[in-house]
Amino acid sequence: MDVANSTHPQEWPTPLKAETRALSFSYGNRLALKNLSLPIAEYQITALIGPSGCGKSTFLRCFNRMHDLYAGNRYEGEILLYPDQRNILAREVDPIEVRMRIAMVFQKPNPFPKSIYDNVAYGLRVRGTSERQLLDEKVEQALRSAALWEEVKDRLTARATSLSGGQQQRLCIARALATDPELLLLDEPTSALDPIATASIEELLLDLKSRVTILIVTHNMQQAARVSDWTAFMYLGELVEFGLTKQLFTTPSKKQTEDYITGRFG
Amino acid sequence: MSTPSLPHSTPSIARRKFAEALFKIVGLGSLTVAVGTLALLFGALLYQGVGQIDWQFLMSYPSRHAAQAGILPAWVGSTLIMLVTAVVGIPLGVAAAIYLEEYARKTWMTELIEVTVTNLAGVPSIIYGLLALGLFVYILGLGESILVAGLTLALLILPVVIVTTREAIRAIPVEIREAAYGLGATKWQTVSHHVLPYSAAGILTGIILALSRAIGETAPIVTIGALTFIAFLPPAPFTTQPPYISFDWLLSPFTIMPIQMFGWVSRPGEDFAGNAAAAGVLLVGMTLTMNGLAIYLRYRMRKQVSW
Repeated sequence: MDVANSTHPQEWPTPLKAETRALSFSYGNRLALKNLSLPIAEYQITALIGPSGCGKSTFLRCFNRMHDLYAGNRYEGEILLYPDQRNILAREVDPIEVRMRIAMVFQKPNPFPKSIYDNVAYGLRVRGTSERQLLDEKVEQALRSAALWEEVKDRLTARATSLSGGQQQRLCIARALATDPELLLLDEPTSALDPIATASIEELLLDLKSRVTILIVTHNMQQAARVSDWTAFMYLGELVEFGLTKQLFTTPSKKQTEDYITGRFG
Repeated sequence: MSTPSLPHSTPSIARRKFAEALFKIVGLGSLTVAVGTLALLFGALLYQGVGQIDWQFLMSYPSRHAAQAGILPAWVGSTLIMLVTAVVGIPLGVAAAIYLEEYARKTWMTELIEVTVTNLAGVPSIIYGLLALGLFVYILGLGESILVAGLTLALLILPVVIVTTREAIRAIPVEIREAAYGLGATKWQTVSHHVLPYSAAGILTGIILALSRAIGETAPIVTIGALTFIAFLPPAPFTTQPPYISFDWLLSPFTIMPIQMFGWVSRPGEDFAGNAAAAGVLLVGMTLTMNGLAIYLRYRMRKQVSW
């Protein structure tokens, strides 16, 4: 399906940070994503919405080649990363290289059972950075970016698992930011959190978008409406509609989108 | 129209309570038989043996006179063999488990290997003894030595170490692995920074339990030809001449605790029975110490790792 011609042709984001072209993905014989073409606007927040099982998390995980960890998965099509237009799904591209440019935050906060400091520094350490001063600087910067610094600066050696759920998720965001990723993927980052922690994460995302492009999967439509600039609605592995968030939520051009955002199904 | 009335409830309660009481009695009885027998056996062993245990008993060679006989070569032999077993069996088993769990692609071959390894854990130990006799003693010509005994027991514990290590590794949540991979870690970084440290408690417990089983093994050691009467120690691992370290002890003949014990049991006379009981108490003590260590380590490391 050619999104550019079928929906809101006048709203095509520029400049782009990434773009999927005819992306299909299958788990073994099961086709989970069908021919998705979607632009990701630079320094903006793009939200993926849709009912459970529509493939939005699967789509997100294509961006850092998480599916490569499991046997039998197959990608088709391209994901281009700008400005160098590198197709990160190409066979010759090492998934590790992709994951060094694109960071991910998962649905359930998943800090390592190590200290707060070691969690944030981990991404730098796997790259071979061991200079203490640089690590200290980067850890502080990342924790500040994730609005966690004030809460944890006096106990950086405490166990990350001793933090509250919301703090753990912000720690995971800090961990992802420490390596200065170009694109930040978030897979329903607030679904395991209470409303207050959720609000603080949403606020954080709005702060972050001036520095990093964000792609977020959410099952919460209000969240998508609150934080995102662009929204893509997916259903059964296909992209139904893509457009500016305020347009998609007020004047959806497809019946399915309208039914979903008005709560008639999903 | 009347609905059929339910039977009065009181007799029903009484009947069901009777069944419950009956089961309690049967259960308690089973427990008493099981634990009681064990306690009785161990109690008798203690009663008979503990009086014999003294410094002289620990530091003497076997003798024709029960009062002068000791178990020095036996416990030294058992300890050295355990050392060889641990040094060979643990790295092999852990590495094999990591490979199977983290690296190997899931094909029918790996499935087959998995099933085989699990089954190997149940193969009678004397079969390992026969294998070792053929392979290590006859083909490789390593003799009836500490090295062969250690290698044999290493083979014996290998499946147990592999199975328990895999279980410990599998208990690490997939989210933790994905977090590491997501930050650009390689497979080996993920394994060495996360999977192994977090599963260390489980792996260690498995290893110690496997070793404590191995220390009591008799059949395979008899099969490869351990001596039952030995009046010397293996050569010392340290020497006064450079390079100050010697591996001659590896090829030395030996005996082990259970064989020494059996040697005494099969002799006529009360006195030697006492010696056998004393050796038994020491052997059980060694095993319990190892199990205790396993429990302690698991407790300590569980406290450190939580998600």
